[in-house]
Amino acid sequence: MKNIMAKIGLARLIIVLFLLFLLVMAVILEVPLPALFSNILVRFGMNAILVLAMVPAVQSGIGLNFNLPLGIICGLLGALVSIEFNFTGFTGLLVAMLVSLPLAIVSGYGYGHMLNRIKGQEMTVGTYVGFSIVSLMSIFWQILPFTSTALIWAYGGSGLRVTISLDAYLSHVLNDFLAFEIAGTVIPTGLLLFFAFTATLVWLFGKSKRGLAMQVAGSNEKFALANGINVDKERIMGTILSTVLAAVGIIVYSQAFGFLQLYTAPLYAAIPAVAAILIGGASLQRAKIIHVVIGTMLFQSLLVVALPIINIMAEGNLAEVVRAIVSNGIILYALTRTGGEAV
Amino acid sequence: MNLLQMKQITKTYNANKVLDQVSLSIKEGEIHGLVGENGAGKSTLMNILFGMPVIHSTGGFEGEILINGEPFTPHSPKAAMDMGIGMVHQEFMLIPGFTVTENVKLNREKTKPSFLSRIFGRRLEQLDKRTMAEDTKIALDKLNMTIDEYARVAGLPVGHMQFIEIAREVDKDTLKLLILDEPTAVLTESESTQFLAVARRLADMGISILFISHRLDEIKQITDSITILRDGELVKTVDTNQIEIVDIARLMVGREIKIAREDHKDQKVAAEPILELKGFKVNMPGEKVRGIDLQVRKGEILGIGGLAGHGKLGIANGIMGLYEASGTIIKDNNELPLNNPRKALAASIAFLSEDRRGVGLLLDDSIGFNIVFSSLELQDKFTTHVGPIRLIDNDAVKEHAEKMIEALDIRCTSYRQKVRYLSGGNQQKVCVARALTLEPDLLLVSEPTRGIDIGAKKLVLDTLVNLNREFNMTIIITSSELGELRQIADRIAIIYNGQVSGILPYDASDEEFGLLMTGKKLGELNKAVN
Ligand SMILES: Nc1ncnc2c1ncn2[C@@H]1O[C@H](COP(=O)(O)OP(=O)(O)OP(=O)(O)O)[C@@H](O)[C@H]1O
Ligand SMILES: [Mg+2]
Repeated sequence: MKNIMAKIGLARLIIVLFLLFLLVMAVILEVPLPALFSNILVRFGMNAILVLAMVPAVQSGIGLNFNLPLGIICGLLGALVSIEFNFTGFTGLLVAMLVSLPLAIVSGYGYGHMLNRIKGQEMTVGTYVGFSIVSLMSIFWQILPFTSTALIWAYGGSGLRVTISLDAYLSHVLNDFLAFEIAGTVIPTGLLLFFAFTATLVWLFGKSKRGLAMQVAGSNEKFALANGINVDKERIMGTILSTVLAAVGIIVYSQAFGFLQLYTAPLYAAIPAVAAILIGGASLQRAKIIHVVIGTMLFQSLLVVALPIINIMAEGNLAEVVRAIVSNGIILYALTRTGGEAV
Repeated sequence: MNLLQMKQITKTYNANKVLDQVSLSIKEGEIHGLVGENGAGKSTLMNILFGMPVIHSTGGFEGEILINGEPFTPHSPKAAMDMGIGMVHQEFMLIPGFTVTENVKLNREKTKPSFLSRIFGRRLEQLDKRTMAEDTKIALDKLNMTIDEYARVAGLPVGHMQFIEIAREVDKDTLKLLILDEPTAVLTESESTQFLAVARRLADMGISILFISHRLDEIKQITDSITILRDGELVKTVDTNQIEIVDIARLMVGREIKIAREDHKDQKVAAEPILELKGFKVNMPGEKVRGIDLQVRKGEILGIGGLAGHGKLGIANGIMGLYEASGTIIKDNNELPLNNPRKALAASIAFLSEDRRGVGLLLDDSIGFNIVFSSLELQDKFTTHVGPIRLIDNDAVKEHAEKMIEALDIRCTSYRQKVRYLSGGNQQKVCVARALTLEPDLLLVSEPTRGIDIGAKKLVLDTLVNLNREFNMTIIITSSELGELRQIADRIAIIYNGQVSGILPYDASDEEFGLLMTGKKLGELNKAVN
């Protein structure tokens, strides 16, 4: 019993119990369950790649990537370009990703270099860099020369809109691909498959010679040096991969959400992703795909199930409050644990 | 009356019983030796007594502990310290950035009232640096050590660190029982001698000492009685003067152990050098090399000895490019680029570092992965091609790791076990296995038997000799134990003050080695070979 407890971890156990409690409440309050489950699956699929972006970052030793906004902005730019040239459906999705890829690689490379100068403070600095970049981009969103009417403000002004509807472009292309329904629950097959595909790539990389060298650099710098591994290069590699995954992740997120969110929106992406992977059992030193799957599933289920219940039971925007408490709480808890071991 | 009694202690780690009904008792002022193979459970028994958190986070222990006849449950190190127990752990627990005084006084700082403390209470009192430094000096004096109390620990030689750890315990006025877990493993012979004298003096002052060591001659020399463990079970408790070293070894290991130099018949030493150092300097803190010229012959075993802090450890680290080096290295008639570990490894040189837990191991990875990684990274072994990428081949890893585990007798639950959970000596064997997996033609080993038991020591030394004979592998072995060098090396270079003070054949006399180690010339005794 004690062993099982230790394996699951106290934090995860509390969350699972709370989730069960919420589900029971949902049944009692007659919230339609199939809709809840459909919702959970979609939220899982749309967030999981953003959480996956944490894996190479942790493995290469830069810790949790609080600078997720960097990759997200690359992804948004890719999507904007794709819309500007009127690509739709799968082509639109593909173009968005292909355009964002080089942007993410280049910016990840630059950011990786920067992180090598401030070893040991990656997470703090990452947060600040994220803020700075989002602020800087808020200016650029105003002056970038996009012309498509779908993108810019309607009333003659210049600059991009705050939220851009994807309805005519790449909205739901993955969600609807091979989607089917069982017992009222909609399975977003394409969305889940795409995550499985990305996760497999990350997993394969982790088992490859290159990936192993990167993980060794992240877990013991001296050992890596003694084996002729260039630790700085491996850290840059991890940063690039994380940034690329963030870019791809936001495109997938946006197609499911149906909108692109510019300006300050990217700021709020890092915290939930960090919280999710920590809930999943990752630590500051160790993160695996399984942590991504468990963490995203738990975290998103919690939010999805809590929302209707809180709406029935209380007034106002309590759901948002619960989300903030859970995500920030779990991050704080993880960071206070000695050496950032698994929660 | 016994100061300490531990009765029927049993401890399991994940259903793996590592101590089974072990009992042990110590009288006041007695020095009690605790011996056993790597993984026999010595550190675990001491961790229990000292209330280490690792014991309680893994399900506690069974059995009874009495101090002065009173039951005592060590649920934390603090509780143990309050009972007058002090412990010097097998792995260092000093804070490198702090000074000697700060380390000795950590958590027991002396304070004097300050303006703020008068208002807000004791926590805001000022540190009384002067008194703290004086106390530290007194404690170090008790150990016959002269170390600058204000020096930072980071740059000090390891030998000094060990004395600082002991000073920290001795400085506690309530100290009644001192646990020393392999304190001499990192000391050179002369430092050990000094250390043993100190232990004797502490015992005469009435402090009981529990002493763990793999150096059985020390055990024989200093202890009053001995407890022998094998595989977590108590084999025997005896008075030291009732037992001989060979019998201790036999009881520990369960079979006869003979450590002696064997004849070097089938060795092929070539005339040409495999490695040549010219004006070689290495900037390794605490072990500076200040200009060395040395030739290593293909096929020989060259020993490198000398006192701690004189630079013997710097040589191998410099060759591998781990610390900044200058001068010239010639390997197989080609100049080897300096400060480039990858090039050194590519030139078929492998290195077994003295810094086991830092440079040597990935503590949170499996034994198997630790063993194969260097070879995988540098030689593309243990991989399979899947399309354009190279993936790790887990079957090959398993097969090779299990072979190594058997060959080196690594005590573990499986090749998948995390290295962190191995006993110190078994961790060392994993490092050995990794270096051997590279199949280098020049192997540099530093302190290969530090902290490993006598059975395993024989195994490691025999393995080195075998590699030399069978595969004609050239070996440079650096060690603080002259006896070990004389047992397997053909020639022994003694390093003094960062330079070679002389090279002797293995059968040179103790006096000759002694002269070279203290930087004196051999004079008319000159028998040095080249
Ligand atoms: N935290 C742990 N979790 C699981 N197993 C452990 C842990 N610590 C030690 N062990 C196991 O307990 C056994 C005894 O280890 P211990 O460290 O007490 O050996 P030791 O006698 O001190 O050996 P050495 O001479 O090598 O230091 C070993 O088999 C080791 O693998
Ligand atoms: Mg031990």
